[in-house]
Amino acid sequence: MMLNTLLPILLFAALGLAVIGAGKRFLMWRRGRPAKVDWLGGLLAMPRRYLVDLHHVVERDKYMSKTHVATAGGFVLAAGLAILVHGFGLHSRILGYALLGACVLMFVGALFVAKRRLDPPARLSKGPWMRLPKSLLMFAVSFFIATLPVAGILPEGFGGWMLAVLLAVGVAWGVSELFFGMTWGGPMKHAFAGALHLAWHRRSERFGGGRSTGLKALNLDDRTAPLGVEKPRDFTWNQLLGFDACVQCGKCEAVCPAFAAGQPLNPKKLIQDMVVGLAGGTDAKFAGSPYPGQAIGEHSGAPHLPIVNLNGKALVDAETLWSCTTCRACVEECPMMIEHVDAIVDMRRHLTLEKGATPNKGAEVLDNLIATDNPGGFAPGGRLNWAADLNLPLMSEKKSVDVLFWVGDGAFDMRNQRTLRAFVKVLKAANVDFAVLGLEERDSGDVARRLGDEATFQTLAKRNIASMSQYQFNKIVSCDPHSFHVLKNEYGELGGHYQVLHHSTYMDELISADKLNLGQHKGGSVTYHDPCYLGRYNGEYEAPRAVLKAIGIEVREMERSGFRSRCCGGGGGAPITDIPGKQRIPDMRMVDIQETGAELVAVGCPQCTAMLEGVVEPRPQIKDIAELVADVLLEAPAPAKKPVPTKPEALEVH
Amino acid sequence: MLPDNLNIITLVSIGAHPTSGRARRAEQDARAVELGLRLAGDKLQVLHAGNPADEALRAYLGMGLSELTVLEQPSHGDALPLLNSYLKDAGAQLVLTGSQAETGEGSGMLPFLLAEQLGWPLVVGLAEVEKIENGMAQVLQALPRGQRRRLKVRLPFIACVDNAAPTARQSAFGPARRGQLQACEVAVVDDSLLVDAHFQPARPRPKRLKVIKAKTGAERMKAATAKAAGGGGQVLKDVSPQAGAEAIFKLLVEEGMLR
Ligand code: SF4
Ligand code: SF4
Repeated sequence: MMLNTLLPILLFAALGLAVIGAGKRFLMWRRGRPAKVDWLGGLLAMPRRYLVDLHHVVERDKYMSKTHVATAGGFVLAAGLAILVHGFGLHSRILGYALLGACVLMFVGALFVAKRRLDPPARLSKGPWMRLPKSLLMFAVSFFIATLPVAGILPEGFGGWMLAVLLAVGVAWGVSELFFGMTWGGPMKHAFAGALHLAWHRRSERFGGGRSTGLKALNLDDRTAPLGVEKPRDFTWNQLLGFDACVQCGKCEAVCPAFAAGQPLNPKKLIQDMVVGLAGGTDAKFAGSPYPGQAIGEHSGAPHLPIVNLNGKALVDAETLWSCTTCRACVEECPMMIEHVDAIVDMRRHLTLEKGATPNKGAEVLDNLIATDNPGGFAPGGRLNWAADLNLPLMSEKKSVDVLFWVGDGAFDMRNQRTLRAFVKVLKAANVDFAVLGLEERDSGDVARRLGDEATFQTLAKRNIASMSQYQFNKIVSCDPHSFHVLKNEYGELGGHYQVLHHSTYMDELISADKLNLGQHKGGSVTYHDPCYLGRYNGEYEAPRAVLKAIGIEVREMERSGFRSRCCGGGGGAPITDIPGKQRIPDMRMVDIQETGAELVAVGCPQCTAMLEGVVEPRPQIKDIAELVADVLLEAPAPAKKPVPTKPEALEVH
Repeated sequence: MLPDNLNIITLVSIGAHPTSGRARRAEQDARAVELGLRLAGDKLQVLHAGNPADEALRAYLGMGLSELTVLEQPSHGDALPLLNSYLKDAGAQLVLTGSQAETGEGSGMLPFLLAEQLGWPLVVGLAEVEKIENGMAQVLQALPRGQRRRLKVRLPFIACVDNAAPTARQSAFGPARRGQLQACEVAVVDDSLLVDAHFQPARPRPKRLKVIKAKTGAERMKAATAKAAGGGGQVLKDVSPQAGAEAIFKLLVEEGMLR
């Protein structure tokens, strides 16, 4: 019987090619720099990561998760059984029926894949991806028919040589796409690379519900290590593997604020460009949305060639890298758990540390941070001027307190000073034992780090850690999610381990402990904007809402809120590098806000405040949660002895 | 338009940040380095007289220099004779400096004294070097209000830059760390002025109060942008050199500059 000889040949040839391809691909990834991974443990943990953690993300899109379970589950079963039945000729009826069942499951799944592809949303890639559902169907159908005789449903040799040829062609198509296409760069590559990416992920802490968002430190003492990523092979090898896992679903593209604003960034294209870089070639075959305003096919790269050419074109333009606000929306949505932000910052590091090419105000801000410890270049001695009349306790006097209030660089900004003063009012009303570092505090290093200046970040961080090490405190509280994140998640690697709270979390604690005597918010409806560095970076969505609830505010949620919150445009140094687009990110966010009909938007971040207040009026008012709480503080009525305002001298105003 | 073997040396000093006073690359000196890099690329030589261990010098290296020569001298040394002899021996053709140091005396006299001792021409407020041919340089000199004057100068000469010169490129950590600070041992000459003079904090120069009498926005705009009306001046055009010189001489005598 012809099929009985042909099918094993086809199957094993395809498998053989797949193994060769896998080896080649593996060597491509290994061109990257070494990374410490748990080889065996990772592999063992992989099925769980695939079935639980990855599924958890895919599950947000019910249609796709069901489709994927059916197709992928059906395929894995069918492939395994087909190898047994047709490859090794184990013609048992039970196996035959099982294989038929698997083929049906896969077929149904593939039908839904095909349905999605009828009118695919813009975020999906076309090209070879349009072929994939056909290949899936072909695989399922061919093996279904070829297995019917095994199950005893059709007689052996049914259909004669005509059907046998047809089936052979169908099987050949199916296994080409699904077996060796997997390792030779076809759309199915995502399954192979994805599985290994999950096994040797650079942030294995993310699995099992964990969170890992702090950037990883460069070892500046190692003079031989590259300062960031210049060429694709400067990535660690498991980063390259991660890029290869991309399934081009475009979930990242759909949520990227920079892409929506028409800035030249598309996280999906960026990851695909990295794949081009690791394998070598041009981006001409990319079949998805381009970087806004840039044509496809003009960029190319190779593992050993620089990614960015400052005087021309290479793999990626510098503006693409500088458009990112590091909002992490892409990482949050990515079903393959790819780390876009790490990659972007790695490449920025090279541009800043080696090339001195931080665009626009970047160089000035970094110089200021180096010379004055604040991005604005203000005299460092003025760091506490905002509180000149508040009589703030200083750490240098108190030495030991419960709460260290981390003020942040908002101290130099008149708008943010209102927030800071409001929060001090709350702290005092709750009789909190707190103090500030005063002039011993420096910029947390957040902006420097995200602009790629790891050296300045580490200097600032180490000096801050040294300041704090002189004192005793139980926790740090900050009104700035960026400082909060850096202190909490990024100082640890440099030796600073603290319990850090955002002021909304702390106020929530104070309220729960009945330390605050609060009235009710008067005034119109309110919505709440989740700061990226509080929400996605640190998972704090509840406390701000609880605080607002406690003062009688029912939040009118925006469509994009919580982990789907849209960035205000203020993170990652984006306002400093200021890459032009078609519209501004804060304007888009303000539209989200206005859609709720709220008259006021509660915020919890000085950057968000600044960005949203920068939107032209009329628009809702912007208030920090601390201001809202301070506004409704009920104090024991103070003796009403207001000084009579002295009559101002007549001034001649010209 | 530049000869390949042009020998350009930029002199740099240690700066101080205006608000924090922390040591940094001096703003104008960095612009002089920038100009030098644009003219000579990696053949530019950069020279400092002082302490070769001063980390602030690395900020200049971070602009992409592979090395920086330091004529080693203590802080009370006089840089002038050292620079003078070094420049003579080095065969410099164009020496670039800032206009005024941000630390130390900061008198702004160094380029003048150096030019005097070397007997070279000095161009102040250099904004751009347009071309250098046959031992002559054609340069643009910055004048107030964005005006430029084209000058032809014979090499070698000294030029100092002020804020009209292009902004200095960013200083990057990698090259700053890799670059070499080459210490050069030289005979130290004490600064005789420093021996009996002492430093005291500068008093801020009193600012002239600006009385704005304008009633409307348009008038305010006019007041802000108007040229300072000198009034007394006189424009001489198409006069003979003799007559021009006499007019200048007369003015200098009137103003008490010449007696
Ligand atoms: S972090 Fe935000 S801005 Fe940057 S690529 Fe991802 S979604 Fe876009
Ligand atoms: S990077 Fe992730 S979210 Fe973006 S297209 Fe690839 S798999 Fe999808």
